[in-house]
Amino acid sequence: MCLAIPVRVIELLPEQMAKVSLDGVSKTISTALVDNVAVGDYVILHVGFALSKVDAEEAERTLAMIRNIAEDAP
Amino acid sequence: MTSVKAYRRKLDLKSGRVDLSHGAGGRAMSQLIAEIFHAALDNEWLRQGNDQSIFDAPKGRMAMTTDAFVVSPLFFPGGDIGSLAVHGAINDVAMSGARPLYLSASFIIEEGFALADLARIAESMGAASRAAGVPVITGDTKVVERGKADGVFISTAAVGVAPEGLELSGDRARPGDLVLLSGSIGDHGVAIMSKRENLEFECEILSDSAPLHGLVAEMVAAAASSLRLMRDPTRGGLAATLNEIAQQSGVGFRIDETAIPVKPEVAAACELLGLDPLNVANEGKLVAVVAPEAAQALLDAMRAHPLGRDAAIIGATVADDRRFVQMRSSFGGSRIVDWLAGEQLPRIC
Amino acid sequence: MKYVDEFRDGELARGMARRLAKIVRPDRDYRFMEFCGGHTHAISRYGLEDLLPTNVRMIHGPGCPVCVLPIGRIDAAIELARKPEIILCTYADLMRVPASGGDSLLKAKAAGADIRMVYSTLDALRIAETEPQRQVVFFAIGFETTTPPTALAIRLAARKQLSNFSVFCNHVLTPAAMRAILTSKDDRVELDGFVGPSHVSAVIGVTPYRFVATEFEKPLVVTGFEPLDVMQAIVMLTTQVNEGRCEIENQYGRAVSPQGNLKAQAEIADIFDLRESFEWRGLGEVPASALRLRETYAQFDAERRFAVETPVARDNPACECGAILRGAKRPHDCKLFGTVCTPETPIGSCMVSSEGACAAQWTYRRFDEPTREERMAS
Repeated sequence: MCLAIPVRVIELLPEQMAKVSLDGVSKTISTALVDNVAVGDYVILHVGFALSKVDAEEAERTLAMIRNIAEDAP
Repeated sequence: MTSVKAYRRKLDLKSGRVDLSHGAGGRAMSQLIAEIFHAALDNEWLRQGNDQSIFDAPKGRMAMTTDAFVVSPLFFPGGDIGSLAVHGAINDVAMSGARPLYLSASFIIEEGFALADLARIAESMGAASRAAGVPVITGDTKVVERGKADGVFISTAAVGVAPEGLELSGDRARPGDLVLLSGSIGDHGVAIMSKRENLEFECEILSDSAPLHGLVAEMVAAAASSLRLMRDPTRGGLAATLNEIAQQSGVGFRIDETAIPVKPEVAAACELLGLDPLNVANEGKLVAVVAPEAAQALLDAMRAHPLGRDAAIIGATVADDRRFVQMRSSFGGSRIVDWLAGEQLPRIC
Repeated sequence: MKYVDEFRDGELARGMARRLAKIVRPDRDYRFMEFCGGHTHAISRYGLEDLLPTNVRMIHGPGCPVCVLPIGRIDAAIELARKPEIILCTYADLMRVPASGGDSLLKAKAAGADIRMVYSTLDALRIAETEPQRQVVFFAIGFETTTPPTALAIRLAARKQLSNFSVFCNHVLTPAAMRAILTSKDDRVELDGFVGPSHVSAVIGVTPYRFVATEFEKPLVVTGFEPLDVMQAIVMLTTQVNEGRCEIENQYGRAVSPQGNLKAQAEIADIFDLRESFEWRGLGEVPASALRLRETYAQFDAERRFAVETPVARDNPACECGAILRGAKRPHDCKLFGTVCTPETPIGSCMVSSEGACAAQWTYRRFDEPTREERMAS
C-alpha cells in the first residue's frame, strides 16, 4: 500500500503536474506536494503523487555504507 | 465476391454504425457479411457462402480448440482483437504439436459499433490469417442491443492435425525435465495496461501477439520425441502456466529468475503498477517441458526462429509432492511463484 | 531502474549476511519487528530470511493499512456503494477485502454497485467533475504516506466548489500503532527493535518515533523498501543492540529527511484532525490513531454527508491475526492458515493484502511450512 518508486522528472506541466520516466515508461503525476521540482530530479512516486525528492548524495552515501558492510566480511 | 448480390448502396464505412438490422438475418446482415467479413477474409470456402464449410481431413489425429476474445481496449499497441483472435486459436492448437489448418470466427457486436472499426478488425483478422496460412473458413455474426456487449466480442475455433506419434500433454512432465521459454514475458499484458483508463502510462512496448505454429514445427522437427508438453502462458502469465503443469503432472518446478527474459520497460511498468511480470499475460510465447538430453538442440532450434530468438532454459522439474513452483531469485533467496490471487487486471484477451 | 536496481544486488546482500553472521552474539536472540507491510513483502519476495542467522527473527508488524481496516468500515463502504446515487472510488487493494457475511466490494460491484478502481485521488476528482449528477465518494485508506494525496483532493474539491465529491476517511497513523504494540497487555514477544516505516517517514520525518527510544528503550531504524535497505537496517539494529544503544536512526536518507515533507504535513494538518480513537483489526481500539476531516471541510466528509454508521462486526473467532500482528504467533500457528484462509479466500486481515504477514508467507514461503499432515500430527 505504501509502495512507491523513484522516477525521473522529464517535463514540467501546468497545474503542478509533471511527466516522469522510469526506464522508458512515462507517466503524468502531480508534484503539488513537493517544492522546487526540476527536470532531471528523481522523486518518490506514490499513488500518482511525488512524495519527496531523492537525495543523490544520500543515496551514494547509503550505497557506500552497504558496500562497506558487505565487503568487510570475508 | 461475384456470388453475392449487389446492394443498392455500399455500407458507409466512414461514419456508419452497426444497428440491430445487421444481425436480423435480412439483407442488411447479408451486406455486412459480404462487404466487411468476406471482403477482409476472402477465400474459396467463404466465397461459397454456405452455413458451413467442407474440407478434406488429412490422415491422422485432429486437434481442435475454441477461444473467446473480450479484450479491452479493442485496439492496442502491437495488435487488436482481430489479430489476437486468430493468433490465440492457432496457438492453442499448436501447443499440442499439431499443424493448424482452419479457423472459424463468430462475432457478437454491440449495436452502435462503428462500421469503420469493425472493418479494421476484420481486415486485421484477414491479414493475420493469411500471414499464418490458416484461413477462416466459416463464421457467424450476432448483434446485441447497446449495453449488452462491449463493442465487439469474437470467438474463434481452430482445427489442426497432429503429427504421427506425437503425444504432448500437461501431465507428461517428469522430474529432471528442463523448462524452455521462447522469449521475454509480460509484453502483451503491459501493452494492454498502458492503454487502460486511469492507469495510463506511455511506453514503447508492443503486444507480442503472434502465431506460434511455425516455431512449434521447428521444435517438432528438431526433437519431437523429447517434447513432453508445450503451453502458451496467456492469462495469469508464466506463473499460472507453470502451476497448471505442476498440478497436472504432479511435479514441482525450480526456476531461476535471472534466466527469465523481461524487457526493461516491462519490468518498469510492473514496478509502477505493483505487478510481478510472472503474472502478466503473453500472447506470443510458449513454455516447453523437454527431456534434458534434447534441451540444447531444442533451444538452438527455437533461437533460429524469429519468434524464439530470446529463448532460454529457465529451470527444471523436480519431484515434489506439494507441486510447488519455486524460484531462486536474482537475490539468491528462494520463493514460491504462485498463481495470481484474483488481481484486478483489465480484460487482456 | 536507478535507485532501485542498486539496492537489489544479491552479491552485496550475501556479503552483508556474512557480516551479520559475524556480529550477532551467539548467546542471544534478536527479534526485530518490521512495522510495514512493504518490508514484509520485500523480506518474503527476496527470501531475506534465508540470509539471516538463525537467532535473528523478523516479526511481521501491522503496517498494512488494508490489513488493519476493521470489517465494520468495509461494511460501511459497501453500504455507501449500494446507494444508487453514489459512485464509490477506491484503490484496487480494497476490492477483495472480506466484509461481513462473505461480502466484499468486488461482490457488491458484481451485484450492481457502482464501484470504480482508481490509481490516484485525482482520478476520483475527475469522475466527480465529469459526472456532476452523481455523488462520488472516495474510500480513503492508508497511513501518512497516502494521506497527503487525499488531503490535496479535498483542497481541490473545495477550490472547485464540487458539491458531489466526498471522502470516506480511514487514514491511520503509524506512531500510534507502534505505541499500541509496545503497550499491549495481550500476549506478545519482547521486541529488540523496529525496522521503521519507509515512505510514511518520507512524509512525517524521523522525530515522531523518538518515543520508541526514549519511553520504551527500543532502537528503530527508518528503512527503505528495497532488500539491501532491509539488510542494512538489520545490521544497524543488531549493532545498536550489541552496543546497548537505543536510538532512532535513518537508513533511508535518500528519500527521508529528518523533518519529513513539511508541505505534505501542512496539507494533512489543514484538512484533518485526530479521531479520539479508532479500531484496528488485530490491535483493537487505539487512541488518537486515525484522522477525520476537520469541521471546516465537513461538507466533504462522506461520514457526515451520508450519516455513515460503522456496524460492529466480528472477526472469525478462530482467526489468530491479532496475535500474529503483535508478533506473538506465526502464520502457521493459526488453524485457518492455508486451510480455509488463503489469498483467494482470505478470512483474516493478514491474508487480505499481499503485504500481510500470512499472505506473504503463503504466497512466497510456504515451502518451508510444515505440511498440513505434519501440523495435524504435532
